[in-house]
Amino acid sequence: MSDPVRGVVLAHADLAEALVRTVEQISGVTDVLLPISNEGLRPEDLRSRLEAAATGRPSIIFVDMSSGSCAFAGRMIARGNDDIAVLTGANLPMLLDFVFHLDMPLPELSERLLHKGRAGMDAHHASGHARPDGP
Amino acid sequence: MAFTLFRVDERLLHGQVLVGWGVRLGIDYYVVVDDALAESEWEQELYASGLTEGVGATFLGIAEACDRFEELDERAGQGALLTRGTTAMRHLAESGLLKQRRVNIGGLHAAPDRSKALDYVYLGRSEADDLVAMKPLVRGISARDLPTAPETPLEQILKSVGRS
Repeated sequence: MSDPVRGVVLAHADLAEALVRTVEQISGVTDVLLPISNEGLRPEDLRSRLEAAATGRPSIIFVDMSSGSCAFAGRMIARGNDDIAVLTGANLPMLLDFVFHLDMPLPELSERLLHKGRAGMDAHHASGHARPDGP
Repeated sequence: MAFTLFRVDERLLHGQVLVGWGVRLGIDYYVVVDDALAESEWEQELYASGLTEGVGATFLGIAEACDRFEELDERAGQGALLTRGTTAMRHLAESGLLKQRRVNIGGLHAAPDRSKALDYVYLGRSEADDLVAMKPLVRGISARDLPTAPETPLEQILKSVGRS
């Protein structure tokens, strides 16, 4: 059996810390997600920190936005590395599902989490109901 | 003059630049001056992936940026010129291209050989040397991470790290 997938949450300011803490409070699963903030770090230092956290076994890097310094760092680390997946637009539904499916193969798990994250988005308003994939 | 922002920021096209400055100033195109990045197509694609529709980016080495400065500065719209460090901006200044321009220091972060001036500005000897050399060649130099944040003049930054 392969190693369980490791999760790294990479985000601006205090968001990563808050997301990880919240996932732990809701799920009761601890020590599975590692938060990293880009605050005060040069791009090369952020990449070093991320590389140390996400190499050596299959890892998913959850990033808050699809562009910006966090996304760039994640995508640079993952370039040419089959053991690392980068998921952007990280949200609680995605992370909560992750902590209960660490033993899935990385490609399938990435697909699953992307779906969970998207499914967690919705809009409710008196005039109607919209989902990200259309009205 | 199309360039409305000249910024030194190690993170180049990141959220604070694209959203905090870009949206507020209505930036239509970015010129990133960096020798290494000008040679790396995949990194250019990565950086450009953060741009919104209708906003463009050009990646140039320092020499080409100097050669094409006038042409780029005459484009329609609002432009921003970004460098990763002080050296490239100093080169532009020493080429006489920034005489009427203000330079914004937006992000130079902690490193072993740097001292803290502000939360987002750390200077080593080479950065301080570059800024001192640029000072008489530009209209002004100050630090400001976001347009809504207070501006810190160069003199104060240099004083914080023991330079004058």
